[in-house]
Amino acid sequence: MPAAAVEPSRRFREIRLTTGILARNPSALAGAVIIGAMLLTALLAGVLAPFDPIHISLADRLQPPSAAHLFGTDEMGRDILSRIMYGARISLRIGLLVVAVAGGLGTVIGAVSGYLGRWADGVIMRIMDVILSFPSLVLAMALAAALGPSLTNAIMAVAFVMIPKFARLVRGEALAVREKQFVAAARISGEGSLSIIRRHIIPNCLNSVIVLATLAMGETILIAASLSFIGLGAQPPSPEWGAMVSVGRKFIMDQWWYATFPGLFILITVIGFNILGDALRDVLDPRIRR
Amino acid sequence: MGILFYIVKRLLALVPVIIGVTLLVFIISHAIPGDPARMMAGQKASAQAVEHIRRSLGLDRPLPVQYVSYLGDLLRGHLGFSIRNQRPVIADLRDFFPATLELTLASMLLCVSVGLVLGIVSAIRRNRLSDHIIRIFSVVGVSTPVFWLGLMLLVLFYRNLGWLPGSGRIDISLSPPAHVTGLYVIDALLEGSWDKLRDVLAHLILPAFCLSSVYLAVITRIVRSSMIEVLGQDYVTTARANGLSEMRVVMKHAFKNSLIPTVTITGLSIGELLGGAVLTETIFAWPGMGKYVVDSIDFLDFPAIMGFTLLIALVYMLINLCVDVVYAFLNPQIRY
Repeated sequence: MPAAAVEPSRRFREIRLTTGILARNPSALAGAVIIGAMLLTALLAGVLAPFDPIHISLADRLQPPSAAHLFGTDEMGRDILSRIMYGARISLRIGLLVVAVAGGLGTVIGAVSGYLGRWADGVIMRIMDVILSFPSLVLAMALAAALGPSLTNAIMAVAFVMIPKFARLVRGEALAVREKQFVAAARISGEGSLSIIRRHIIPNCLNSVIVLATLAMGETILIAASLSFIGLGAQPPSPEWGAMVSVGRKFIMDQWWYATFPGLFILITVIGFNILGDALRDVLDPRIRR
Repeated sequence: MGILFYIVKRLLALVPVIIGVTLLVFIISHAIPGDPARMMAGQKASAQAVEHIRRSLGLDRPLPVQYVSYLGDLLRGHLGFSIRNQRPVIADLRDFFPATLELTLASMLLCVSVGLVLGIVSAIRRNRLSDHIIRIFSVVGVSTPVFWLGLMLLVLFYRNLGWLPGSGRIDISLSPPAHVTGLYVIDALLEGSWDKLRDVLAHLILPAFCLSSVYLAVITRIVRSSMIEVLGQDYVTTARANGLSEMRVVMKHAFKNSLIPTVTITGLSIGELLGGAVLTETIFAWPGMGKYVVDSIDFLDFPAIMGFTLLIALVYMLINLCVDVVYAFLNPQIRY
């Protein structure tokens, strides 16, 4: 019997199988632990953070790391560790929002383009080529500058830049899925294009989308932090990590800890997503499954 | 004939994309909240003066007409005037371009030379300690925020160890070498001034290393995986069975064939390096286009920002085209 559209029960079995394989892969495990820890920090920042992240205490300004302030304090006497913990909320939210928007839109665009083919495919893919003609950071920067410096605008700018990455990937997969017998069967039985795209094409591309989404989380967090660093994303009083490094830069020669710790957390979080993404690709992508 | 035809075909395919790129930049420029005429005139200007500027800039005309005249300006190499200093943006970019080019080329050199060595070592010592270390290093490399790495390098090598200078292209006590190419390393060589060359190279090390970090990791990965693939091929086994030394097998057979993906990724990375220069130049006060555009953001100097964006996109496309052509040369399987 030709494989039908992915049924829920089969998908469930696949997920269990995949998590089983991943749990035995040390780097996947490390990635998952890092991401899990960051998620917990973000969720429990209110409980875990030793200080109020916006409480100003000028008497404690620019204190080096100590038992009281593990990561030191900033120019307003705020506890840097507490700010980093709250900052995890911002960075993860940026990542999730961008990946949800860009992943969702990109998947639909790619599936439509790949399935319909012909001129629709030509037009859509040329538009994606245009966006891909810019280095990601440069286009995101121009968009964020034009929209005005704010976190929301930075998120929109990064999402826009990420769309073609998903669209291209899904289009490639859709081209292959389109030729499968079960799609032909659905077409002959009178199913409309939209329904075929929704019920057959997209579900069969999901594995690759999940891999890309994981890797894209890392890239998104990096680009968004870079935008904040040059003053186009989250604005300074906000404990966003990139913005903290940006202000900390002014103090880098004498108060090294200010810029060092927030940046270290960007690095650790992105490593988490990258190694989990790499491991997921090894497991989920059948073309390179060993 | 074949390759020429291929180049022409690729150039023609590029035309709609170039039009799309200019259109996108045009749309972004017009999405800017606020009135560009008011911005040029300044906050205190009278309504009449603002109106005058609006008309002289052609901003009162319908958008499609404005786009066509924008394209015309581009063809004449005109990118508009900087709001900050009233100079043509293209003149500013031309002044700042050599510094960025020098930084990008130095990073590229570092990426390719070190990346090739690490990738090859990693592949031939697969799953041994050195391979694991190199792989960890490459994951860290792609995950590092460039701007943060720059700051860490400054703290370590400039502030704590005092080994290297931390900003600019040349010490302020020295005059820049006579302008020939605009690349200080080459100009210092041409001038025959060893003091300047030493100083210029010292200034180049930290920014170039910082900028190369991401792509060094990417190139290492690509070289490693393509070497591993090639080393598993039958003809490599045959070469070994024929008694060739391992060194010869690796360098003559495996290395040559793993170059193709390396060329592709190297070409693509030049564009991303130009983008990454924005952050690196800001950290190291490197007077290139990247620092220029970040300074322009502070001034909301949109003609400068958009001019930079467009220029980078065009350079990026041109490099991609060259990569495709080189690729076609290297790989006869590609049909023209």
